[in-house]
Amino acid sequence: MMSFLSSLISGVSLGSVYAIIALGYTMVYGIAKMLNFAHGDVIMVGAYICFCGISYLGLPPILAIILAIITCTVLGVVIEGLAYKPLRSAPSLAVLITAIGVSYFLQNAALLIWKSDPKFFPSIVSFEPVKLFDGQLTVSAVTIVTVLCCIAVMVCLTVFISTSKTGKAMRAVSEDKVAAQLMGINVNFTISVTFAIGSGLAAVAGVLLCSAYPTLIPTTGSMPGIKAFTAAVFGGIGSIPGAMLGGILLGVIETFAKAYISTQFSDAIVFAVLIIVLLIKPTGLLGKKVSEKV
Amino acid sequence: MKNVKKTRRRDFITYGLVIAAYLIMQALIRTGSITNALKNQLVPICVYICMAVSLNLVVGILGDLSLGHAGFMSVGAFTGIVVAMSLQTAIPSGVLRLVLAIVAGGLTAAVAGILVGVPVLRLRGDYLAIVTLAFGEIIKNIITNLYVGIDGSGLHMSFKNAMAMGMGLDGKTIINGPIGAVGVTKLATFTAGFLLIMVTLIITLNLINSRSGRAIKAIRDNRIAAESVGINITKYKLLAFAVSAAMAGMAGALYGLNYSGLAAKKFDFNTSILVLVFVVLGGIGNIRGSIIAAAALTILPEALRQFSDYRMLIYAIVLILVMLITNNPTLKGYLDIAKQKLSRKKPAAQTTEGGASHGE
Repeated sequence: MMSFLSSLISGVSLGSVYAIIALGYTMVYGIAKMLNFAHGDVIMVGAYICFCGISYLGLPPILAIILAIITCTVLGVVIEGLAYKPLRSAPSLAVLITAIGVSYFLQNAALLIWKSDPKFFPSIVSFEPVKLFDGQLTVSAVTIVTVLCCIAVMVCLTVFISTSKTGKAMRAVSEDKVAAQLMGINVNFTISVTFAIGSGLAAVAGVLLCSAYPTLIPTTGSMPGIKAFTAAVFGGIGSIPGAMLGGILLGVIETFAKAYISTQFSDAIVFAVLIIVLLIKPTGLLGKKVSEKV
Repeated sequence: MKNVKKTRRRDFITYGLVIAAYLIMQALIRTGSITNALKNQLVPICVYICMAVSLNLVVGILGDLSLGHAGFMSVGAFTGIVVAMSLQTAIPSGVLRLVLAIVAGGLTAAVAGILVGVPVLRLRGDYLAIVTLAFGEIIKNIITNLYVGIDGSGLHMSFKNAMAMGMGLDGKTIINGPIGAVGVTKLATFTAGFLLIMVTLIITLNLINSRSGRAIKAIRDNRIAAESVGINITKYKLLAFAVSAAMAGMAGALYGLNYSGLAAKKFDFNTSILVLVFVVLGGIGNIRGSIIAAAALTILPEALRQFSDYRMLIYAIVLILVMLITNNPTLKGYLDIAKQKLSRKKPAAQTTEGGASHGE
């Protein structure tokens, strides 16, 4: 029972990180209709900036995290402006390849700046692990912070999207770009804001990810990026609650597969579950069913 | 009829290009005027050309995005290695073993292609892309934990460790889990690579220009219209998937037999993406473009070796710039004007298959 609970908690914690990354994928997809494969590498950049802030500049963790968020937000907007904006009307595959080019660029730039030797991410959470049930169940501080962060991000984002003017503009653009433009919404600005938010969230995810798994190399973001992309599709890409649900489910499935079935085959099990879910619900768990017009 | 002739002429130019490139390379090898680095790249170039052509069949002709093509390559590579290694005593001829390995690799990859093709039939667009990606990751995960060995009594395999295979004393491990295939006898040659490209081209070009090929293109252009005129969507989609997977498997078998050791993690998401980049840069649906892009982009990182650490960075920038120049309306306009000034002719209407954009 305790091992079940402990797996569940670490699953939710891992899933929270996936969910935050998946939000970035799904928001960008919903609005710009593109798969931003460079998102995973923005996570890596965020983690490196936070690492540098703490280790080289000697900043307190909270300032280092804010520095990482600001850097990633700016990076996201710059990438969007330089690489994706000129391709707004291009076929989706061309944009996909450009995103892959950006991903290669970020990885190799990181390789040049920070070299290939692994960096050990310093602990950002300093309080004691929480013991439950007379010490039978220990929950680490990082796990608690991760889950709390994820809840905070979800609440803020939901409020922002549903009530603020920019949030409403984002929903309008994702619904119908041309109609939104006719209603006086600045589409380019809205897309830039989406990239800014997605990249800022990526920085948070990077810091959380590296707090749990402290080894930092230039390809750190790749696998979590792919997993989070899977999570976004799992929940129905373009849907914000879907990304949250998909991320957390994916994390839980992965942890349970590792704990109860097989450590080696956990990745295969996660992806097999994804395929089965997509066979039953071809547009993901919460995805909109698009009816085809003839 | 005129159209048929044009297609045939275009195909002959493609074949001619490959044959000419092969003869030139052979001449250069004979005279010893190519570097060793390039010589080592010859078989991988051939393999990547086959991969790009086979992926183009799915992405360009069928119009479905696949992000797991390396998975089929992996299936083919490891089947090929097992076949070639286990027949070492039975068939002494290296050429015959290579052919058998390639055929076996193609067949198993075709089976894998059908397995992926069936679920794919229900899905569209990005959901389909993610299933192919998931498939590629599953294959990688399974082969990373696969142990295959051979002894006097035959083949042994296990998913646990090398000990669990229960081989006799004369046993020899062929695939050793995460380490991958070990002690493989290299059988691949540049000529074999050239012949494989020709086989791939003959299969692909004949399929595209056949009745089935036209049905596949009709599904790409408008699935509902194709269905309403009685085209069996399931059959043709599976056909395209299986043929594409088989060709990727054959290329994989050649690749596997070009190295003495090979790990499953070589065939990851990045390899699938690499091949997709060849297809998109060469022109979606344009077979000749795939060949040129695959060859050029495999040589490019080698050619940039003098920039050492910066070469992959330059590769990334070149990739982004090429996509921007060829797809941005403003930049493309400048390019067209420059082209017109150079040729002083009105651009003739092109009849390549590259005209159709991806997606439905």
